[in-house]
Amino acid sequence: MGEKMSRRPYVREVSRTAWFFKRPRYMRYMAREVTCIFIGIYTMILLVGLARLSQGQAEYEGFLAALRQPASIVFHLLALAFALYNSFTWFNVAPKALPIQVGDQHWPDSVVAGGHYVVWVALSLFILFWAGVF
Amino acid sequence: METIHTDVAIIGAGGAGLRAAIELAQSAPDLRIALISKVYPMRSHTCAAEGGAAGVVKPDDSFEQHFHDTVGGGDWLSDQDAVEYFIHEAPRELTQLEHWGCPWNREADGSVAVRPFGGMKIQRTWFAADKSGFHILHTLFQTSLQFPNIQRYDEFFATDLLVDDGRCQGLTAIEMRSGQMRCFRAGAVIIAGGGGGRMFPFNTNGAIKTGDGMAMAYRAGAPLKDMEFVQYHPTGLPNTGTLLTEACRGEGGVLLNKDGYRFLQDYGMGPETPLGKPVLKTMELGPRDRVSQSIWHEFKKGRGVQTPWGDCVWLDMRHLGEKKINERLPFVRDISISYLGVDPVTDMVPIRPVVHYMMGGIHTDIHAATPLPGLFAAGECACVSINGANRLGSNSLVEILVFGRKAGMSAREYVRGVHPGNEAALSAQADAAQAKIRALFLRNPGKESIAGLRKEMTDTMEEGAGIYRTQEGLAKTCDKLAELRRRYADVALHDKTNVYNTDLLSALELGSMLDCAEAVAVSGRERKESRGAHQRLDFTARDDTRYLKHSMATYNGLAAPRIDYRDVVITTSPPGVRDYSGAKK
Amino acid sequence: MSENRTGARQVELEVLRYNPETDQEPKFQRYSVPCKNEWCILDALNYLKDHLDPTLAFRWSCHMQVCGSCGMMINGEPKLACKAMVRDYSGVIRVEPLAHFPVERDLVSVADDFMAKLKRVKPYLIPGEKRTLADGEYKQTPAQLERYRKYAMCINCMLCYAACPEYGLTPKFIGPAAISLAHRYNQDSRDGGRDERQEEIATSEGVWECTFVGACSDVCPKHVDPASALQQVKVASTVDWYLEHFMSWVKK
Repeated sequence: MGEKMSRRPYVREVSRTAWFFKRPRYMRYMAREVTCIFIGIYTMILLVGLARLSQGQAEYEGFLAALRQPASIVFHLLALAFALYNSFTWFNVAPKALPIQVGDQHWPDSVVAGGHYVVWVALSLFILFWAGVF
Repeated sequence: METIHTDVAIIGAGGAGLRAAIELAQSAPDLRIALISKVYPMRSHTCAAEGGAAGVVKPDDSFEQHFHDTVGGGDWLSDQDAVEYFIHEAPRELTQLEHWGCPWNREADGSVAVRPFGGMKIQRTWFAADKSGFHILHTLFQTSLQFPNIQRYDEFFATDLLVDDGRCQGLTAIEMRSGQMRCFRAGAVIIAGGGGGRMFPFNTNGAIKTGDGMAMAYRAGAPLKDMEFVQYHPTGLPNTGTLLTEACRGEGGVLLNKDGYRFLQDYGMGPETPLGKPVLKTMELGPRDRVSQSIWHEFKKGRGVQTPWGDCVWLDMRHLGEKKINERLPFVRDISISYLGVDPVTDMVPIRPVVHYMMGGIHTDIHAATPLPGLFAAGECACVSINGANRLGSNSLVEILVFGRKAGMSAREYVRGVHPGNEAALSAQADAAQAKIRALFLRNPGKESIAGLRKEMTDTMEEGAGIYRTQEGLAKTCDKLAELRRRYADVALHDKTNVYNTDLLSALELGSMLDCAEAVAVSGRERKESRGAHQRLDFTARDDTRYLKHSMATYNGLAAPRIDYRDVVITTSPPGVRDYSGAKK
Repeated sequence: MSENRTGARQVELEVLRYNPETDQEPKFQRYSVPCKNEWCILDALNYLKDHLDPTLAFRWSCHMQVCGSCGMMINGEPKLACKAMVRDYSGVIRVEPLAHFPVERDLVSVADDFMAKLKRVKPYLIPGEKRTLADGEYKQTPAQLERYRKYAMCINCMLCYAACPEYGLTPKFIGPAAISLAHRYNQDSRDGGRDERQEEIATSEGVWECTFVGACSDVCPKHVDPASALQQVKVASTVDWYLEHFMSWVKK
């Protein structure tokens, strides 16, 4: 038992760029976060659409034609998929931020999450109806 | 060797140690307090206690009743002046814990709820679901964080007390992470290191319950009192020994033999009470020693349930229903499913008695002071004695609070009057303690292994010092332990490095257990009567004429301890009959 | 009780070893351990230590998932060794010390940062109204107890810190367990110390470092759900800010 200090705690480095490959749950988290890129691009597309609309009929028709290109279709499908994934995952964890206690029991998570889905569907139907889809 | 100067050193940061530290910190902010523990405080075994803590608060209850329950439960070996003090302080301590944030279960009106418990005539056990010990420990630990004068030394393994000029003046401890020995110079030392149940093979205790605090005091000259009284908790899982709280029975669970019969009524605890409606202090709510002993008898009669892990009896909680189990016994359900694959909601759980608690320990008076000036003790490692020959469930969690505080108060008064010691003498002792450890490093591993000696120790304790004992069995165990203590001198380390050397710590813990085990066995051999948890097949009756006394074991080096006797303090309750039958109700 | 439970099998354990006095860096060591099917990983490690290699260092105590000592990485997941069952694993089982903490020795990690953070958030009751012991207990209804009960279950096992990628990348993050414990007291009807604790936890080192990965709640063995505590602290902190800046006449 020497008197010299023999401790040398070893620090295991965490990769700043590849940490999320390590576990499936991290990948799922990154998938949710990456949604923002698609949403961001989609927002730009909407803004461009608005701009074209203000420039006149021909420009707007050109914009719609561009939207029908294969690359655009693929992008929009991906964006929809990610938006849906984001919504599902977000609604499912909403009960964590929004605990509802009645008496001495908490409402089950399924009820709080379920409420989100109900409102989402109702709003979606309303907007589709208002947009003249039905 | 680095020396740390403090006013009060506390060894052990479980319920009793933390309570003592808080008492000192609150009442004497000028004092330096060193809280020394071989584990982080939250790991202390207090966390495993489940059932609850007893205190008189309800209008239908009385101090007198708690007194009688405790004294009778202890088979009249409890010091009645200590019990008086204890029961009067209990409600105060439990309320204090509540003020510190303890999440006690509540009645609908917001007042604290109580539940029935074994051996108690009236419901008085405060509880926090079935994790009362856990919540008490965390409440105390978290409360302690607000006091800057409590200096914690986490993962420091205390090895020896420093005694000079007839008084205790500090201790040596190994800083586990570096392997360096540290000397603590203190005006007073409080030992709150817990019990030593790991000396038995089958127990509810965590790895850390190796009696180090008891052994330290013992070697320094403080006697160990009533060591032969080892409590078997009736309901432990048969494979891991994991505790299923007495509250299982308090809430209405019943015990059945292989024929589905509630056998306790055959052992003086009848008549059979209606299912789910337990009557206090009878049948399954009898005291732990009686219930465990009854189970043992059932095994002997061939009425135990055969399982892959040996004889068991059934603990049936199905009639409680899922809602009640989830609300009051969720942890029990978790544990059963986890370790045994049995869900108490749908199945009966096989259980058997397991070693759980040591009533005996370092002899202290009612002020938590040991006969060695400057040395105090509280908690399971101490023996005041309030538990006597058998502890009632839910008295221990209060005991750590009442006497933890008392130890703090006594130490505070003591250090005010203390004068500096002889530095040279104390230094020399610290160096000697270090040399003793170094010797372990210098030896080369031979035929003795730590695990091997430990197994021989636990085997012989189970054989000769179990639930039922005989002269022959105890004598054989005493001889075996003496032999193991001699062979321990040849133990050597495989790990000779410094950083977090658990091989070294295992060796030291084994040494503590061997010393304490010998005190248990020799005290048991000398007590030729049956009382409470000490039951003999050759002396089946209680003998108040000769043995209404505490056994006092004094350390005698490698030779067996010397056993003396000390009268029990009787005040208002002369020895009577322990009647747990429901007949008179 | 199934027949299977008491069967035996030989289990390969790949354990991370590190002794600063002899090793430059940690390395794995393989052991073949005869196990019973009903064993947990901790049982296997104890067998290993008693019969195969006494030099292996690891922490453990209660063996019933309440002391929090035996947290380690088992096949890359933070688990309590007394809760991870041998029968749930096949092939070689990799055992390492908890991630995101420095390794002291073998499976023992350095917990100093966690202990300091625990203390920092003032995890003790700061009573809202004074009460003497003679006044008896504070009244607290079962509904009030329910508001914080879950968050009082933390056994301080640090699995959440090992799971949290934020803590792994940004060690100054106060972390899930410490913030949950602060929230536990904030939610306690007897407490009046929320403002003091918010100073510590509603900060960039506190909840605002959290991006709601939710790994902490996934791995918590006691279902404390620390992720929910952190999000609730964020909501409370945001409401505080708006009240303070736009409706200062309203008491928080």
